[in-house]
Amino acid sequence: MNAEAMYNEVILDHYKYPQNFGKLENPNIVHRESNTLCGDVVEIQMKLNGENKISDAKFIGQGCAISQSSTDILLNNIKGKTIENIKNFDKDFILKLLGIEISPARLKCALLPLVALKTAVQKIKS
Amino acid sequence: MFDVEKVREDFPILKRKIDGKPLVFLDSASTSQKPIQVINAIKEYYEMHNANPHRSLYKLCEEATELYENTRKKVAEFINAKHPEEIIFVRNTNEAMNLIAHSFALPKLHNPNEIILSVMEHHANIVPWQYVRDNNGASLKFIDIKKDGTLNLEQLNPNSNTKMVSLTNASNVLGTINPIKDIGKIAHENGSLFVVDGAQSVPHMPIDVQDIGCDFLAFSGHKMLAPMNIGVLYGRKELLEDMEPFMLGSDMIKEVTLEKATWNDVPWKFEAGTPNVEGAVGLSTAIDYLNDLGMDDVRKHEKEITAYALDKLSEIDGLKVYGPTAADMRGGVISFNLAGIHSHDLATILNDFGIAIRSGHHCCMPLMKRLGIPAAARASFYIYTTKYEIDALANALKRSKAVFSK
Repeated sequence: MNAEAMYNEVILDHYKYPQNFGKLENPNIVHRESNTLCGDVVEIQMKLNGENKISDAKFIGQGCAISQSSTDILLNNIKGKTIENIKNFDKDFILKLLGIEISPARLKCALLPLVALKTAVQKIKS
Repeated sequence: MFDVEKVREDFPILKRKIDGKPLVFLDSASTSQKPIQVINAIKEYYEMHNANPHRSLYKLCEEATELYENTRKKVAEFINAKHPEEIIFVRNTNEAMNLIAHSFALPKLHNPNEIILSVMEHHANIVPWQYVRDNNGASLKFIDIKKDGTLNLEQLNPNSNTKMVSLTNASNVLGTINPIKDIGKIAHENGSLFVVDGAQSVPHMPIDVQDIGCDFLAFSGHKMLAPMNIGVLYGRKELLEDMEPFMLGSDMIKEVTLEKATWNDVPWKFEAGTPNVEGAVGLSTAIDYLNDLGMDDVRKHEKEITAYALDKLSEIDGLKVYGPTAADMRGGVISFNLAGIHSHDLATILNDFGIAIRSGHHCCMPLMKRLGIPAAARASFYIYTTKYEIDALANALKRSKAVFSK
């Protein structure tokens, strides 16, 4: 497969200029997840409103363009979503958001924020 | 006369195409490719001689035993050990370190004994000693590196509690070749044992354990043209005889009753279970291959390639190389980062060009932390690496920069 196609302008834009990078004040949920094999790290912070919907989300982290842009893109798509919505997110949902073909070796990078997000929401008492 | 093109003809895998592009294999520090001679020797072993050695009286068993034990003699000669019995077959360097940890360090060291290591060590030469520390109260001391990526030997201050110094001969990240003969002298003057991690040196340069004066030397066959899962622990005979076995069971015993067992002689005391004869056959053929080339010429070729690569990579803006700048101070390993591009992304893009490099922490997480980087890309060389492969690497790195500047 062609790796250059994976690094398209959208992916690189989210990597170089992430829209959701930073720290939230008084987040309700914080969760850090790392990919032990390659050392990629993301920490997702979220705020919930009274209806248990995500009102804001940010991340800090370091790693490859795939893991970091995937996190940024995912956070763009969780605001206003309920915890139940997030529990239903799966691999295909992320890949559709990214809009690129990911080689098998890099799938773990793309899915790191999904693992982080799903583990984070498990921390919420239902 | 060393002829890289002639060497390449012996490696079938180098004819492979990766998505239509010729394979440029720059990951020999992870594992080397195998020449046809090694592949054929293993095939012939299974077609002609396969049997479980040391056990039976028929012809095949005799042959398998001879093949296995002759490799021991050949390895001993290759590293100039005094006796073949000082060669213990293990799976790899990592297992060799575990053997020393469990059979020597764990029972013999205690608080306030100390083991000296360095920050440039591979996890295989750190984690077993952490286990020793946590289970017998010995402590660990780590020598730092200097700015140029060499060891800060001023910190090698063994005291009366220092029982062991365990260091790598050549770093798998920085490339640094450590002055192990001098270090061994300092360790021995203090009465400490000296363990050498030879994973990145034995395949690449002449090594003489008697000249170095080390007590243990560990290395892996798969990084020196042999198959995976055959490695070597060299240990001085007196030390090995005074050590307890690591793995227990068959072949490592003299006599077993329901009450107890007595141990076999060195080295078989340390080789429990059916051994890896296929691996030994491959290792024997690999050593023949390297001896035919001559280890001095192997080193010379790699030094030439390393110097050429250091030069080519220095022409790329934003590329930072870690470790010594002079090729004669380093093995055929160059780790680097290209500004703004994570090493995993680099490795992915380079794969498009048929180029195989390693990326990540290289099983040296403490060193990554010391260098202040999460990861690095690494190109590593061997007897079949050519200058045009280095050119291909440099060109693909320039292309990666273009991809990321979109």
